Amino acid sequence: MIPSLPPEAWQALTLSLKVSLWATLASLPLGLLTAHALARWRFPGHGLLNGLVHLPLILPPVVTGYLLLLAFGRQGWIGAPLWDWFGVTFAFRWTGAALAAAVMSFPLMVRAIRLAIEAVDPRLEQAAATLGAPAPVVWLTVTLPLILPGIIAGAILAFAKAMGEFGATITFVANIPGQTQTLPTAIYSFLQIPDGESAAWGLALVSVAVAFLALALSEGLSRRVAARIAGR
Amino acid sequence: MSAGIDLENVCCDFGTFRAVDNANVSIRPGEFFSFLGPSGCGKTTILRMVSGFIEPTQGVIRIGGEDVRGKRPNQRPTALIFQNLALFPLMPIWENISFGLEVRGVDKATRRKKAEDLLQLVDLPGAADKMVSQLSGGQKQRVAIARALAVEPQVMLLDEPLSALDLKLRQHMRAELRAIQQRTGVTFIYITHDQGEALAMSDRVGVMSQGSIQQIADPREIYNNPVNGFVASFVGENNVFQGEVQHAAAGMASFTTPHGQFRARLGDLSGKIGKLYVRPEHTIITATPAAENSVPVTVSDISFEGSFIAVHATSDTGAHLTSELRNDGSATVPEKGVRVHMSFDPARAAILPDANVRG
Ligand SMILES: Nc1ncnc2c1ncn2[C@@H]1O[C@H](COP(=O)(O)OP(=O)(O)OP(=O)(O)O)[C@@H](O)[C@H]1O
Ligand SMILES: [Mg+2]
Repeated sequence: MIPSLPPEAWQALTLSLKVSLWATLASLPLGLLTAHALARWRFPGHGLLNGLVHLPLILPPVVTGYLLLLAFGRQGWIGAPLWDWFGVTFAFRWTGAALAAAVMSFPLMVRAIRLAIEAVDPRLEQAAATLGAPAPVVWLTVTLPLILPGIIAGAILAFAKAMGEFGATITFVANIPGQTQTLPTAIYSFLQIPDGESAAWGLALVSVAVAFLALALSEGLSRRVAARIAGR
Repeated sequence: MSAGIDLENVCCDFGTFRAVDNANVSIRPGEFFSFLGPSGCGKTTILRMVSGFIEPTQGVIRIGGEDVRGKRPNQRPTALIFQNLALFPLMPIWENISFGLEVRGVDKATRRKKAEDLLQLVDLPGAADKMVSQLSGGQKQRVAIARALAVEPQVMLLDEPLSALDLKLRQHMRAELRAIQQRTGVTFIYITHDQGEALAMSDRVGVMSQGSIQQIADPREIYNNPVNGFVASFVGENNVFQGEVQHAAAGMASFTTPHGQFRARLGDLSGKIGKLYVRPEHTIITATPAAENSVPVTVSDISFEGSFIAVHATSDTGAHLTSELRNDGSATVPEKGVRVHMSFDPARAAILPDANVRG
């Protein structure tokens, strides 16, 4: 039933897992901060920030990839100084694939976390404050436990989105086997070559398996958290 | 330890809207003080200023004599109990109660002991390991109080804490709260729009309307000697007569109304127009006119209220008047549709101005 996969396919799968994991973990702190800012703070530019975060969801992924290339390419206005000063580049590297995946999945992560934060009754936090807790303690002891299911859901959603990201990735970092070829771009490549169909089919099955695993993980985790909220 | 609270010329604006206008009150250490007023009159805003969630636009707030401007909520010796109680859903009861101690770095064994002592105090022993969702409304109420008491606040601020409870439980918790306050000696500032609650529990009551404190006095004084029509009508029922002051002497005045000439105590009108207020239980119903302050009326309805009987009547000018007769056999209850006379003692009626609001 499961066709044996050529080495490039396995490479693509492990790269995709690495890229998605990094994309998710690295964007999580910024995602938390952004979600918190959007949910709780009133400041000038609130609407602008909200629009910016959601932009990758609305733009064609190819356009996002192209914009990333313009900004983070060797000659890009962020990419050039990064290369000149630190010798760091995202262009045509797996880190670039991770950046593209992070940008594309960021809106989903922020939305999930923001909803969770908005669902927290601010009076709980205020109650903690009148009991003597300074703001960081309030956040750690009251807010964080309550929004944990939302953070988990946001992270898993972002991970799944990163696993499937195609357009921005291929535009930004191309499709170099072993370097930037992720699971979707590999499937695409296999479909382009004669006799590649069985490998494409194998990778498709793997994608489904990964998706189910992520879903099961998220369900299991949120059920455990929900059980805690309901009282053990 | 308990502290007094002073509000000196405190105002709070939200944009151009003045939610609290020039509040001046001195609450004594260990006092049970209530702010009473209708929805939107600025009660919660006062509590939020005292607890430090908002700063007054003008004026000074002192807690224990110390100016608390600029102090954050966690730096003030106050504990606020919210209307919805705001118990932490993920923590068992004992952790809820000892949250404030944990913040202060108290060790677990001491925290646990303190939580159990407090559960004893609020009459909820054995609930330490339950979760919030397993408690009833009244039990949650007690936990919220215990949690606030755990940090040994000098002032407890309570924002309509009983409003979510049913009538019976509310009445029970009134007595309970009062008892806890007496036992601990902590200053309580209690907010409510329920006059029964305020009168029954408080040492003193501040009645508010549209951001202004109308009167500060003990419950009896508020009820028996309201300073204006707002206080008279908000706290208890009244029959109101419009008219004009004629002769005033020695605190009494005669008052000309469409129903005739009445005599009553004269309140501080300060040049404003007054109305005459008399409580239903201070009127009597007779078959023949009384010597003074007597209005001929037609009985339109009788309602039996248990401890008293309310007689609803209409005067010749169409005004609706109410008389309350004690249900102890001392009064003869008239029949519906009968013509009778309603009268009242001049000493029990007062001519008062409307509310004191800005302008
Ligand atoms: N953050 C705010 N921004 C603007 N207006 C506000 C704000 N908070 C309160 N107000 C207004 O100030 C007034 C007083 O509000 P407050 O919450 O103090 O009333 P309250 O007496 O507690 O009423 P209730 O009994 O309904 O709780 C209201 O008219 C309210 O709309
Ligand atoms: Mg309120």
